[in-house]
Amino acid sequence: MSHAYEFPIDYSKIREFARAVKSEHGAHLGAKPVIPPTMLTSARLIWEDPERTITKLTGFDRSRILHGEEEYVFHGPLPRAGQTLTCETRITERFEKPGKRGGVMKFARLVTEFRDENGTLVAEQNSTIVETARPPKAEEEQA
Amino acid sequence: MSTITALTLAVGQEAEPRTFAPMTRTDYVKYQGASGDFHPLHHDEVYAQSVGFPSVFSVGMLQAGMLATYVTDWLGVEDIRRFKVRFVDQMWPGDELTCSAKIADITDEPGGGKRVTLELQALRQTGTAALLGTAEFVLPSVSAAV
Repeated sequence: MSHAYEFPIDYSKIREFARAVKSEHGAHLGAKPVIPPTMLTSARLIWEDPERTITKLTGFDRSRILHGEEEYVFHGPLPRAGQTLTCETRITERFEKPGKRGGVMKFARLVTEFRDENGTLVAEQNSTIVETARPPKAEEEQA
Repeated sequence: MSTITALTLAVGQEAEPRTFAPMTRTDYVKYQGASGDFHPLHHDEVYAQSVGFPSVFSVGMLQAGMLATYVTDWLGVEDIRRFKVRFVDQMWPGDELTCSAKIADITDEPGGGKRVTLELQALRQTGTAALLGTAEFVLPSVSAAV
């Protein structure tokens, strides 16, 4: 079943994101700017079906979720304002490791693929999400 | 258009490090609004303390974005082809992020130009790493120093 969603790239959203990550680079200004590289992360956060949040996709406890790794791969020049990319996010791998203080740490790897108007794969986002073994409060109480 | 067309790069070369101003709760909120990540651990003090944290803390992707800003200020935005970070430690209100980058490899790109691989670090003011990463750029007309 396809869960594809569209990511329309808007120049004002690029300006807002660039300011938030403290970039003053001219490539993010004007009417046809390119995205800051990590702005790919906004596609899923803003345009994906709200029923498919990270918490819901992974089933992890929201208070124990950590970000492990994040990777962006671009197969050509960065996407730019005016383009609408088609995206699809899926879980590619799940595994567990023993927690440092007991319990089990759960890991999920997700990939999001970004395709242009011709269906060409232009970028990929790889995320590793972690559920810690125990909430920090429980660790404190045990200490 | 690349900003570094005339540059000669060498393995081992380092960019000038950059320390960003101490990060505030307002920085977190600006990033959360820009990105669409509204996890309450980064803006809701009551929630953060109720699950055992001393205060809210920064969004990992905010410092990742700042590290990307740093490295694209050096080698240009449009030519970046890979950016990868591992989240090593949390950052708290008032923390300062210091970014550095070093060229780890330069190879010929099959389509022309050079692929330049960088090792990236983003340290807290304590000297411990918040992020470790790598970036790759494909630069059309860069020459590699021997």
